[in-house]
Amino acid sequence: MKKIQILGTGCPKCKKLAENTETAAKELGVDYEMEKVTDLNAIMAFGVMMTPALAVDGVVKIVGKVPEPADIKKLLA
Amino acid sequence: MTDDWKKEGKILALIVGVFLACFYLPVGAARFDNAVMESLHLVRWYAREHVLLCLIPAFFIAGAISVFISQASVMKYLGANAPKVLAYGVASVSGTILAVCSCTVLPLFTGIWRMGAGLGPATAFLYSGPAINVLAIVLTARVLGPELGIARAVGAVGFSVVIGLLMHLIFRREERERAVVQAAMPDAEVPRPLWQNAVYFALMVAILVFANWGKPAGESGLWFALYNAKWAVTAGCAVGLGVVLTLWFGLSWGKVALVALSTALLAMLFPDQPVLAFAAGSVGLSVATATSGGEMGEWFGVTWGFAKQILPLLLLGVLVAGALLGRPGQEGLIPNAWVAWAVGGNSLSANFLASLLGAFMYFATLTEVPIVQGLIGSGMGRGPALALLLAGPALSLPSMLVIYSVMGFKKTVVFCSLVVVLSTAAGMIFGAIAGA
Repeated sequence: MKKIQILGTGCPKCKKLAENTETAAKELGVDYEMEKVTDLNAIMAFGVMMTPALAVDGVVKIVGKVPEPADIKKLLA
Repeated sequence: MTDDWKKEGKILALIVGVFLACFYLPVGAARFDNAVMESLHLVRWYAREHVLLCLIPAFFIAGAISVFISQASVMKYLGANAPKVLAYGVASVSGTILAVCSCTVLPLFTGIWRMGAGLGPATAFLYSGPAINVLAIVLTARVLGPELGIARAVGAVGFSVVIGLLMHLIFRREERERAVVQAAMPDAEVPRPLWQNAVYFALMVAILVFANWGKPAGESGLWFALYNAKWAVTAGCAVGLGVVLTLWFGLSWGKVALVALSTALLAMLFPDQPVLAFAAGSVGLSVATATSGGEMGEWFGVTWGFAKQILPLLLLGVLVAGALLGRPGQEGLIPNAWVAWAVGGNSLSANFLASLLGAFMYFATLTEVPIVQGLIGSGMGRGPALALLLAGPALSLPSMLVIYSVMGFKKTVVFCSLVVVLSTAAGMIFGAIAGA
């Protein structure tokens, strides 16, 4: 099961990243668990400076952008 | 059961509150009716004067900055190993590029502090970032005049370095310990030759500047000649932009041609109302980029995101500013005499009060502009206006709480005090130079 974490303080971009990621995960049909990380200290622990960011299984894959579901699918596969 | 009662209780309280407000609405009282009219006048003025010619191009420029300028290359200078002098300089101006979305300011600040160049550059960025975002500068210059626009930019950048250095000095002993976590950088963007990017941005800025070229006082000279030619120049730059987008940015020339034709058509049919042609061009560009994939589609997506996020808040800000303060030269709910007494002139107390107000009040992106405009029109001095413009975006009660959770009590208090003191100083200096 993939652990997906959306890192961001809760602005529209972070919500959009969460939506796009959900869409991508559902289209792929992968088993996933999604968590929104909003605490700044926790975000720092990932080494992320520019939100929003996406981490899959603990590894940061996207920083500072909101890609389309199609691009996110490649990272989740 | 108790949870249900609590929730229903809140709904009841809301209904009762709204009912009482409507019941006691002072309709018919001269000051209230006048304030409502002023609010509506101001909204219409903004819609007519600023949205089409100023805000829409500015949104496109902000979107372009977000998509086309490599944030990673800027972040290099804010890293742990960057030369300190460079770090301060970059931190103070990078707000234009990095802080286009205000929500990234706090994570970026925390990152630069803990994993990057340190407390000094981080606080410099925290102070100047929100104040020099592209949209804020454009609207400030347009609505409040170029002197305040430039003073805001210069003051934010200049004083941010001072604040950063002071924070670094005061807390230098604690600065020793910092995390060694490697910062995760954004992906390096596909490099387009820098000069092509420069031309692209220059054309968009030129369109923004010339479409908004104000009528000068005199009837002769270069300024006046440029004013007479402004639409020709704007049109020329627009053609240039179309060519650039087709040649270097991959926009299909069929779409560009269609946009150009419809814009030209409207320009010919309604030569006295260039706003119509301009609107056609903007709509055309939006449709052309929205229906494209890749970078052009991304550019539109970010631009549209800004518009959705900012326009409703700006509308609300204008309505409130109009109701409270009225249009320049008019009165709203707050009598002009009060404003002039509190923040008129260029005294220390006026600047300090404006700075303090700015620090605590929350301003959604761009709303500080109509509010400051209302205050100036009601008697606020230009010095205190700058003080408010500098302290306002950097701080607010909610943001102070977040900063406190990141930096701790002492550093937060010192930072907020520095912001208020230096914004006051900047205001007094500007007020003295520009004349209250």
